[in-house]
Amino acid sequence: MALLEVKDLQVYYGVIQALKGISFEVNEGEIVTLIGANGAGKTTTMQSIIGLIPSSHGTVMFDGQDITKVPCHKIVHAGLTQVPEGRRIFQELTVYENLLMGGFSQKDQTLLKKDIENIYERFPRLAERKNQIAGTLSGGEQQMLAIGRAMMSRPKLLLLDEPSMGLSPLLVDQVFEIIKQLRDDGTTILLVEQNAGKSLAISDRAYVLELGEIVLSGTGAELAASDEVKKAYLGG
Amino acid sequence: MEIIETLINGLSSGGTYAMIALGYTMVYGIAKMLNFAHGDIIMVGGYMLYVTMITAGNPMLGLIAAVIFCVLLGITVEKIAYKPLRGASPLAVLITAIGVSYLLQSTAQMIFGTAPKMVIIADMGNFEVGALKIPYYTIVTLVCSFVIMIALTMFVKTTKIGRAMVAVSEDRGAAQLMGINVNGIIMITFAIGSALAAFAGFFMLMKAPSLSNTLGAMPGIKAFTAAVIGGIGSIPGAMCGGILLGVVEAISFKIPVIAPYTDAIEFMILILILLVRPTGIMGKVRREKV
Repeated sequence: MALLEVKDLQVYYGVIQALKGISFEVNEGEIVTLIGANGAGKTTTMQSIIGLIPSSHGTVMFDGQDITKVPCHKIVHAGLTQVPEGRRIFQELTVYENLLMGGFSQKDQTLLKKDIENIYERFPRLAERKNQIAGTLSGGEQQMLAIGRAMMSRPKLLLLDEPSMGLSPLLVDQVFEIIKQLRDDGTTILLVEQNAGKSLAISDRAYVLELGEIVLSGTGAELAASDEVKKAYLGG
Repeated sequence: MEIIETLINGLSSGGTYAMIALGYTMVYGIAKMLNFAHGDIIMVGGYMLYVTMITAGNPMLGLIAAVIFCVLLGITVEKIAYKPLRGASPLAVLITAIGVSYLLQSTAQMIFGTAPKMVIIADMGNFEVGALKIPYYTIVTLVCSFVIMIALTMFVKTTKIGRAMVAVSEDRGAAQLMGINVNGIIMITFAIGSALAAFAGFFMLMKAPSLSNTLGAMPGIKAFTAAVIGGIGSIPGAMCGGILLGVVEAISFKIPVIAPYTDAIEFMILILILLVRPTGIMGKVRREKV
């Protein structure tokens, strides 16, 4: 059974249908990518899975449970979380406090401390700046904080929405490296990206989203080699 | 001596305004709505105090009863009137809040009539040192309100719930992604705001014992002004705004020429501060970092 199973998911904004019934799945241990242009419905899909946007039709199954109508905070407790588009770290809190917020559902104080130490180990930059107000971090550091904060809830599945957005090429490479590491350490990843080349290169499987519908799917390598994908998303 | 007396008076009534302003500002920051029924919670607390005092005769018991009743009322109002409007247009929420305000005032009028009730909490006399003469209730109000403000600041800064409140006020969606139950945090915010309103009502009646169903109306508007002066949404801002307003009011009362215009002067300060700093004294200008 797949870890995440999305079936015929439909979302409306008023009368406009943003998702026209998409179905896909993510298996344990995979990196799965949704690629697509602006307005294809990638972020809507992510927000709808996690319960921030209500869906009008379809089901989302996570780890054998139906989470379609479950409120967001309970989904997070169940082991699914998201690094939202634009990072959305808490600007007024310190780096350390942001990580504490990420571990909001962790009741055990010793485990909480250990998790924070693990994040500092993974991102030494955050350790150096732990008492700094998060709003003063650079874009790359904020992205690391956003990922670290999400990892604090010990997710089985992590949704990443445009993690490379607005970062310099060097940092983009670093972010994709981090995503691979997270997967190797046991977190399943669902990734949404506009950077199709780099994301397909690290993906086990991928789906192409166009105007609210899935038009193509396959392994990362298959899609990277497909003429349609090359023409539309890889600039060739 | 008179200057010191005036200043202490001002700080004391400023503390009361700050108590009320905190309710406005916290609810605005976290639930993103202006709760115009907040002032009337003070009045309800006052009647609860009155009822407990005529039945049990003990003002402390009355204060406890008022706090408990106001907390329950605040939570109930939020659940019944505001929660169904989560995500509705701000105007709809505002109108609802004004409706709740009239509902509370009218209900109080139906139960207790229009004639003001006297609620004499205690005649504690004056504190006198040399020429300095300050009523004890002023000192009690001053000390209590400052202790409560410090406690609230500590609560928000150091506890898990407090940090969750900051997180929700900054970004509701991101807070949900942390596993924070936003509805729960909003409920706690209403509970805290209403408890503070009950305290404010107690302080107000200690100073002037006349209780009617419009007790909370003017202080509510003044405290809202204080919250906006300080920067709506900001907890230290509400404290500063409240104290500033209280001190200005006390000074203005002491100068016979301008005393009749005290209210006008207070609202003038609001306009002046908003002209210079549209976000209020401690309001934050959000910068986006890409």
